[in-house]
Amino acid sequence: MSEKTIERPTTDEAALAKEIEADEKAAARQASLLKDGWADLRKRPMFIVSGLVILLLLALAVVPGLFTARSPFSDGFCQLQNSMTPPTSGHLFGYDVQGCDIYTRTVYGARNSIIVGVVTTIATTLIGGLVGMLAGLIGGWIDAVLSRVTEVFSALPLLVGGLLIMSIWGGGDVWSVSLIMAVLGWPQVFRIMRGEVISNKYNDYVAAARALGAGPGRIAFRHILPNTLAPVIVITTMNLGVYIAAEAALSYLGIGIQYPNISWGLMISDAQDRFLTSPHALLFPAGALSITVLAFIMLGDVVRDAFDPKMR
Amino acid sequence: MTIIDQTDAVPAPRDGEDTGPLLDVRDLHVEFHTREGVVRAVNGVNYSVNSGETLAVLGESGSGKSVTAQAIMGILDMPPASIPQGEIRFHGRDMLAMSEEERRKIRGARIAMIFQDALSSLNPVLSVGFQLGEMFRVHQGMSRKDAKAKAVELMDRVKIPAAAARVNDYPHQFSGGMRQRIMIAMALALEPDLIIADEPTTALDVTVQAQVMDLLAELQREYRMGLILITHDLGVVADVADKIAVMYAGRIVETAPVHELYKRPAHPYTRGLLDSIPRLDQKGQELYAIRGLPPNLLKVPRGCAFNPRCDRAQDVCRTDVPPLVQVTEQDGTALPGRASACHFWKETIHG
Amino acid sequence: MGRYVVRRLLQVIPVAIGVTFIIFCLVFALPGDPIQALAGDKRADPNIAAILRDHYHLNQPLYLQYWHYISGVFTGDLGETYNGRAVSDLVSQRFPITLKLGLTAFALEAVIGIVAGIFAALKRGKFLDNVVLVSTLVLISIPVFVLGSVLQLEFGVNLKITPVAGIQQGWPQSYILPAIVLATTSMAYIARLTRASMTESVRADYVRTAIAKGLPQRRVIGLHALRNSLIPVVTFLGFDLGALMGGAIITERVFNMPGIGQQLAQSLYLRERPVVVGLVTLLVLIYLVANLLVDLLYAVLDPRIRYE
Repeated sequence: MSEKTIERPTTDEAALAKEIEADEKAAARQASLLKDGWADLRKRPMFIVSGLVILLLLALAVVPGLFTARSPFSDGFCQLQNSMTPPTSGHLFGYDVQGCDIYTRTVYGARNSIIVGVVTTIATTLIGGLVGMLAGLIGGWIDAVLSRVTEVFSALPLLVGGLLIMSIWGGGDVWSVSLIMAVLGWPQVFRIMRGEVISNKYNDYVAAARALGAGPGRIAFRHILPNTLAPVIVITTMNLGVYIAAEAALSYLGIGIQYPNISWGLMISDAQDRFLTSPHALLFPAGALSITVLAFIMLGDVVRDAFDPKMR
Repeated sequence: MTIIDQTDAVPAPRDGEDTGPLLDVRDLHVEFHTREGVVRAVNGVNYSVNSGETLAVLGESGSGKSVTAQAIMGILDMPPASIPQGEIRFHGRDMLAMSEEERRKIRGARIAMIFQDALSSLNPVLSVGFQLGEMFRVHQGMSRKDAKAKAVELMDRVKIPAAAARVNDYPHQFSGGMRQRIMIAMALALEPDLIIADEPTTALDVTVQAQVMDLLAELQREYRMGLILITHDLGVVADVADKIAVMYAGRIVETAPVHELYKRPAHPYTRGLLDSIPRLDQKGQELYAIRGLPPNLLKVPRGCAFNPRCDRAQDVCRTDVPPLVQVTEQDGTALPGRASACHFWKETIHG
Repeated sequence: MGRYVVRRLLQVIPVAIGVTFIIFCLVFALPGDPIQALAGDKRADPNIAAILRDHYHLNQPLYLQYWHYISGVFTGDLGETYNGRAVSDLVSQRFPITLKLGLTAFALEAVIGIVAGIFAALKRGKFLDNVVLVSTLVLISIPVFVLGSVLQLEFGVNLKITPVAGIQQGWPQSYILPAIVLATTSMAYIARLTRASMTESVRADYVRTAIAKGLPQRRVIGLHALRNSLIPVVTFLGFDLGALMGGAIITERVFNMPGIGQQLAQSLYLRERPVVVGLVTLLVLIYLVANLLVDLLYAVLDPRIRYE
């Protein structure tokens, strides 16, 4: 409940100093919503759990050799006579249809998942963020045109659009998959950024900055941008998991990452036909994929709770 | 939807027999359990209101005045709030001992509340006619059509122009003053015995404030309702209130009939409030202000809660909580209705 | 309200044209010569090929081809395949399957998601709330094709409650399990969205007013809080209705259902350009119409939009 206090500005210097101090504290609180969110984050168990899982995944992605002595790219890695052998003590996850060790492939699969998730997220955030900021700041017909263009892109569902584009370009490695998902995914960040910029543009503090003589560039980057960051960070974190899942879905449909590149989605797709007789070939990569997505979604969830001022 | 007859859950005032006050709050305590600790928002508040009487409750934000009102209405969120101690007697019966269903039947029908911000307090997606008529439909089982007719009647009553044409409009289509009139109409709908108005004019333009306040006072006289007016605006109070209770940090620090309080405050806090009103006859002089900030309710100062901001504070103020005591003239004759919770009330009132 | 509808309709038209044109360009950029493909390994007869190219407007510039196509769409003609079959025939055969699947999933996610969300919000911080929060997180994280495979194995093969795959047993038997799989992710999102939005509105001032009016709890929650909470949920549901049809591709593949998604994958593989264009255009139009309906419904639910 906002009630104005009864006091008028005081002349008592000690009290005045106190008031100013309180005022500054309040201002600092406002300004460092992000810092505040971070302090809040570190205390949440969900953040710690998902953070540890993600650190492990990053380790897998950067130095897979630490976790397995074999390399999936070495000669003789796959032995057909081992095809679909269930898990044994030396090969905890068993073998797939080609007779490749599933544990090693699962470990090496982390890298592609992480790269796709991170690259796509960075690309969508940069494209969507910049274009959204431009549309929001400039307004007028430029905004109208950009908004229609994003609507055109977002009317193409990710899977359908991905299916189409991949069929033409022929998919293949992590970079082409990331690029295509970024092309289809940036309108979402655009919408959020544009909405935030517009709602902040008419705030009194922007008018105040302008009245104090700040130029358009300074207003955009020093005043408006920091206030739009929280929602963009939230959506960015949540998207990491979504894009990792989407890559797996595209690869599962046979149009994402292609052999000899390793993708959990592709592994699952290969194992599907024999799932009813030897489920292990599907369940291990599926488990790795689910845990990865869960970790990023959990991270997104706690980040939202910590940063979204509406939820506080 | 359940249809509730106006039952006798609460005895109507029996003429001649019921001599007690309409509402009697006794030693009320309200606590909030938060992550940072227990906030004692209300610490033993006593006050009473009679039919046709207006009590003004005055205080800064955090003084507990709104929380007390919400406790009377029974609209506190429990948890985090809890009422460890106290009684709220309405027509002589303690409402805190009633069942939730009994209390619900009193809410809106016998005790109604007007909130500060009518825009957020009215449901944005329902028409005002629906929200007004709802009172009759839920409490009296009236048909949709009759309720709408009643709603138009009410809107007329609070002087909303073209009521019949506007009954299907939504809250955002009205001006601030008109919206507050709708809030008043809603509170008046079932002709309650008591109305609690929580800062009813704070959100309004100054010119509209007087109109709304006059309307409220007029309707109160007409229906002989009790009125609790919660405010921090001493100007509003002088015209309409019969008596005043000043709250600070969850306690009542002074009570007095309205004009006596203005003439001779018996608590340094009240004095400070009065001195900080700009006055035309003191034009050009520096305006007084109470120094310091309202207390943090998690760390209420020991002794008298006001002591860090008080000019008169002595050692005793930092150790002993002053009780609310009867205020007398210098010769010892009691001043009716006056009390102060200051160790040095005598010095304050008699100089 | 009238002006709002007209403005919204006018906005859809350029988007529809833009997106269909992009689809058209993409599809016709598909590698390979479709006429040569008709002849298989043999060399196509140049005369017949020329006639066919003429018939399919393949000699004309792309924008003219697009014009022929889009003017056909408005008369209900989605073009014909290179072996002379009307695409609309194919659609009318395949679409009902996807539609049944999508609508069943839609009903499931709406009902279960909203109910779970409301209960979680009302029991905020309690056991039930945590169950909803954790289970929705897990459901969002399990990819559809994994969930589909596991449920298929469990219910179809082990427990034999539902058919393993195909649509031989018709609705609802053959559709219920795929619909559950298709609905899960959105259901989890809806439950979370309803919970968040309901949590916000039960704390709103107008809900406090409703309590102060002496309304029974059921009316306070069921009318005053819910009416406001449902606005974002309905928006999400509308967007999702369009997205479900596209998302059905995976579910249809797991459960081997001959719907639009399966047909699309197959036609892409066979490079049947007219079919691909027709199907994708259909999916996109459904998506756009669903969005349009959402916006109109939004105006009905929220009077503040209506009078802007």
